[in-house]
Amino acid sequence: MNASNEITLVNLAKEGLWIENPGLVKLLGLCPLLAVSNTLINGLSLGLATLATLLVSNTLVSGLRSSIPPAVRIPLYVLIIATTVTIIELLMQAWLPGLFVTLGIFLPLIVTNCLILGRAEAFAVRHSIRLSIIDALFMGLGFLLVLSLLGTAREFIGQGSILSDSHHLFGETARDWTMQIFDKQHGMLLALLPPGAFIGLGLLLAMKNGIDAALSQRENNNH
Amino acid sequence: MNSVDIKTGLLLGASTSIAIAVIVVAFLLTREPIRQTEQQNLQRDLLQLLEPASFNNEPALDTVYLSDPALGSQQPTVIYRARNNGQPTGAVVAANAPDGYNGDIELLVGLSYQGDIIGVRVTRHNETPGLGDDIETRKSDWIYSFNNLMVADMQPAEWKVKKEGGRFDQFTGATITPRAIVSSVHQVALWYQQNREEVFEHLAADKPAGSSSNQSTGIIK
Repeated sequence: MNASNEITLVNLAKEGLWIENPGLVKLLGLCPLLAVSNTLINGLSLGLATLATLLVSNTLVSGLRSSIPPAVRIPLYVLIIATTVTIIELLMQAWLPGLFVTLGIFLPLIVTNCLILGRAEAFAVRHSIRLSIIDALFMGLGFLLVLSLLGTAREFIGQGSILSDSHHLFGETARDWTMQIFDKQHGMLLALLPPGAFIGLGLLLAMKNGIDAALSQRENNNH
Repeated sequence: MNSVDIKTGLLLGASTSIAIAVIVVAFLLTREPIRQTEQQNLQRDLLQLLEPASFNNEPALDTVYLSDPALGSQQPTVIYRARNNGQPTGAVVAANAPDGYNGDIELLVGLSYQGDIIGVRVTRHNETPGLGDDIETRKSDWIYSFNNLMVADMQPAEWKVKKEGGRFDQFTGATITPRAIVSSVHQVALWYQQNREEVFEHLAADKPAGSSSNQSTGIIK
């Protein structure tokens, strides 16, 4: 985090969504990001689960920060995060079983997502609950957006659809939300496989860097 | 940096206890819904894999656990038995195709008492998305090609994918997955024909002999 920046809602939003985006700049939590982003719904679901975990963990870490001894802070963070994830996992198994099966191992693996531990250590432990919640919200949203964007691109290129299996997340009414743009047979399989995830993320990174470069050039020209 | 003293240790222990307590509460609150969901899924699968109106018992509760190499697993696998007024009318056998492209593919094979196949469902697999996962009902109709197969009328050579001269479609770019399932279903059908009496003789047991699990549905996920 840039020390000269004042911590305001707008700045936190900019940091989370763009400047320090966990998926595109910090490159945190790459394992779930690459593995689960094969459809929009999968990406969105894992993004939401991560966002929820981040909100709870940032709130608890910030609220307890005066009583967390520095020597054991990391074990305590891990305890808080693991408890949160376990509860989210149980709730999802009970009420969103389809999604629970789809996300599989990546749901419990949220515990190991460096993004969450990173925000606890870098932000929540030294800021107020209010700021920590805002930080969690925008960092989580930043991660969720990258997951959804990559998920949409891979699903469209790989199997020609958007929003397939939406009933896993939104219930039976959403079953016909799926848009099949072109026949599944003509999809480019590579996009669904792990190499497609790396290539897709690489292109997103390039795009972000390209936009940043264009912006800074325009700024220079104005001076 | 502070050294870790007794107080810190106690704090860590107390926090862990609180965390455990919270998880226990969440577990107790979600246990019943989770069990119901699993039970519903099982009921739905069993209804599709048994001849309709051929039984009046509760196959989900009339289970037996048997172990045989033909069922593809070292562990005893569960068999749900359908009876009409006590007379055996069919069974759903949980089997495992160990030679999928990414390892185990868990199956439910529904059979009539005579040994014809009513249907097959995949309950768990790790096949490649977009390539091997057409074995799921929500991805393609392939698994329905096992519906109502008259096993007695079939030659052994028919139990292969079309590419190898059999009667089952392979997928574009994925032969291993369908081949594993075809071969596993074939083995289950043969095993069932030879062991049918034994399957229905056993008293109902809700767990494998020697296991401490008391969840009759726990073996299928």
